[in-house]
Amino acid sequence: MSETATAPSRPSGPLAKILTPSRASGLRTSGTTLASSLIAVIIALGISAVMLFITGKDPVTALTTIIDTAQNTDKLLEMMRRATPLIFSATAVAIGFKMNIFNIGVEGQYLFAALMAAEAGSHLSLPGPLHVTAILVVALISGAAWAGISAFLKVRKNIHEVISTIMLNYIALSFIQWLFNSFFRDDSVEGLNIKTTIIEESGRLPDLVEGRLNSMFIIALIVVAIFWVVVYRSTFGFKLRASGYNATAASTAGISATKMTVIALLLSGAVAGLVAMQSVLGETHAYGPSATPIQLGFAGITVALLGRNHPVGIVIAALLFGFLDSTSAQLQLADVPNSIVKVMQAIIVLTVVIVNEAAVRRTNIKTAERARAELAAGSGA
Amino acid sequence: MSSTPAVELRGIGKRFPGVIANYNVDLNVRAGTIHAIVGENGAGKSTLMKTLYGMQEPDSGTISVEGAERRFKSPSDAINAGIGMVHQHFMLADNLTVLENIILGSEPGRRGIIDSKQARTRIEEIMSAISTDLDLDVPVSELGVGERQRVEIVKVLFRGARILILDEPTAVLVPEEVDELFVTLSSLVNDGATVIFISHKLDEVLQVSNDITVMRQGTTVAETTPGSIDRSGLAELMVGSELPSPEGRTSDIKDDVRLNVENLTVMGFEGRPAVDGASITIRSGEIVGIAGVEGNGQYELCAALLGLVPSTGTVTVDGADLTKATTRQRHDAGLAYIPFDRHREGLMLNAPLWENTLLGREDEDQFGKGPLVDAASIRAYTVDIIKRFGVLTPNETTPAFALSGGNQQKLIVGRTLTTNPGVLVAAHPTRGIDVGAQAAVWDEIRRARDNGMAVLLVSADLEELLGLSDSIAVMFDGSITATLNPDDVTASELGSYMTGAHEEVAS
Repeated sequence: MSETATAPSRPSGPLAKILTPSRASGLRTSGTTLASSLIAVIIALGISAVMLFITGKDPVTALTTIIDTAQNTDKLLEMMRRATPLIFSATAVAIGFKMNIFNIGVEGQYLFAALMAAEAGSHLSLPGPLHVTAILVVALISGAAWAGISAFLKVRKNIHEVISTIMLNYIALSFIQWLFNSFFRDDSVEGLNIKTTIIEESGRLPDLVEGRLNSMFIIALIVVAIFWVVVYRSTFGFKLRASGYNATAASTAGISATKMTVIALLLSGAVAGLVAMQSVLGETHAYGPSATPIQLGFAGITVALLGRNHPVGIVIAALLFGFLDSTSAQLQLADVPNSIVKVMQAIIVLTVVIVNEAAVRRTNIKTAERARAELAAGSGA
Repeated sequence: MSSTPAVELRGIGKRFPGVIANYNVDLNVRAGTIHAIVGENGAGKSTLMKTLYGMQEPDSGTISVEGAERRFKSPSDAINAGIGMVHQHFMLADNLTVLENIILGSEPGRRGIIDSKQARTRIEEIMSAISTDLDLDVPVSELGVGERQRVEIVKVLFRGARILILDEPTAVLVPEEVDELFVTLSSLVNDGATVIFISHKLDEVLQVSNDITVMRQGTTVAETTPGSIDRSGLAELMVGSELPSPEGRTSDIKDDVRLNVENLTVMGFEGRPAVDGASITIRSGEIVGIAGVEGNGQYELCAALLGLVPSTGTVTVDGADLTKATTRQRHDAGLAYIPFDRHREGLMLNAPLWENTLLGREDEDQFGKGPLVDAASIRAYTVDIIKRFGVLTPNETTPAFALSGGNQQKLIVGRTLTTNPGVLVAAHPTRGIDVGAQAAVWDEIRRARDNGMAVLLVSADLEELLGLSDSIAVMFDGSITATLNPDDVTASELGSYMTGAHEEVAS
């Protein structure tokens, strides 16, 4: 690429007035992101409507069902409940993405953490807040430990984290099954609904809205807020993002890639450890192969992508997914199969990614042109 | 010789976001000649050649090939018009044979069966026409750089090219290979082909070309011939009349040693040392230049000094032994670095300028509030750098990619020098930037030097090396083969040291 300077060096004078600080560009960027995501959702709904039409379903009924669902308070609480684990899962993925680490292993990390936390919680007998805190800490540490294996393999053995985290998902499933069947299973329970020993009352997190929404939702919002401060405002977060922007430049500047990789994966795993805590602390009060929700780790990757790894984006994307999930029962009543709901989710993700990519390119070109125009105006004055 | 030019460009312009790469470019290449295009890095040569080879469409202007006006939408259009390109970085498949590489993409034969007998006959015809000889059945991985380049040339001819573009063909060659290449080029034009030869090595250009077009800051500024101009005249045309001088070796070298490197060795990829036992001492207020053809260990030397690659030997800065220190510890000890490749090693292109200023300095107390970044402080600091170093930008929140190369470089120099380093490792500090920015960068380095900084200056610009350095160490094949006094050596003597020709008489 040629690097001809476009303007003569004229350091002082007229430049002074255009050197005033401005926050506008940052705001403009998030505005573009939000707008392009909205456009993408609308396009996706359009495609879904066509798809429904082709499969012989009535798109109008489906749409009215969706709108009805949106006006139903219970369904909105359901949306938030379903969004909670996705917020944790997507945040875990986003922490890695911020430095170009692909933690595909959230699934294994959170299931391992759920088992360890539930088992530890069932043995503890502490005053309320302490008991809950202890369970959360076990979850954080267990998730981090499982992700730590991938961190070790990456920095010591140069094994790419995509390979190791995917493989560790499978290992986690078998390992958890073995631990559960051999040691942690509550043998007093018969039948299909096998679980670990139920956690005592003190180790349960109260509901915000009785039977509808657990306070884990608030913890999810707090974790996202911490994520925002740490990644976008802290020195550590700067190093993380710098490694993601340009790993070579970051290590040339003395930011240790090894250290950042280890910390990022441990943090990502720790947050992953919280994914199933809504179930363990608020609903089932135990770990159980059929009681603990699965597949949330993979959904988190999608939500993180959809939310462009930004805290606000993640919350909105998680709520959107929670909403689509909560409409699926109603849609099935309206004769829209659940598989179509899943396809709609996939279409939304694809269109958001495509539309955003286009928007970012356009913004970049515009930014460069604006910089030139402002300079031309500045030196001409 | 036909009177219709092989290639004629009129008023070619090409803009990229934030950069005018080419404007008003006129070029007239006579058929059957070697036509050199010279200019500094960033003068727009590569952009122009990409336009001519169809890799990008110009915003304005016309291209005529052998008298007919053409529009190239892709390289295949250019190939159809008889234009071929030998890239600076070879595009060969290592594990295929020479023959397979040559025919790759234009395999002769019918119904998917390759007729290698026909291919072999045609390749042998081509090779004899340009009096070259290659073993067609060995894998390319076994060939040296010069031979690979000839494979590329034969490949281009195999596709029917009559006009060959060679982009900096000598950059990767050792001197004997350069001579062989020039023989090949002469045979090519004797055989009726036309060669466009892009270079910034003036001696080679004067030796081999029939006509010379000079480019400067995105446009063609002069047409000349080797017979009517000498080396310094050509250099002046390249940089413009306002030729800033890197002179000013008024330095007052103190006694205290700031950087001491002993027996530094870096292992390369193939088990050969990339840097072989280099020892360098730089005192306060001293600039030591490193001269060498690119790829002779300069990058590895700098990377080892910064602790970016493993090495053996000792490195001390101001007496502190940094041999085992991390990159950050070396920065903290006062060792600063202006990197070879600002995009790869120096900048976060998508991040705002103030975050780029913060890079490497994020742990300094003045830019932090506890665990948080003090954005107000680093932004104000960036505004100061923008003013002091004359970085042309709307403001400090502009992303780095929106700036021209020279202004990006000024920001890096500002970020680096404002740490008040004791030792500066400056790699090509003015590469690819405009003349004004060049003078500004030199001024700043000189000023810091006058305040006692020691500088290790790696540069491909011999004028810069001769003008700024107090002594010049020549690197060849990983070793420091000579240490020269810039007052006693001319650019062309330095050039012959760099190619190893003076090795036996090295002091």
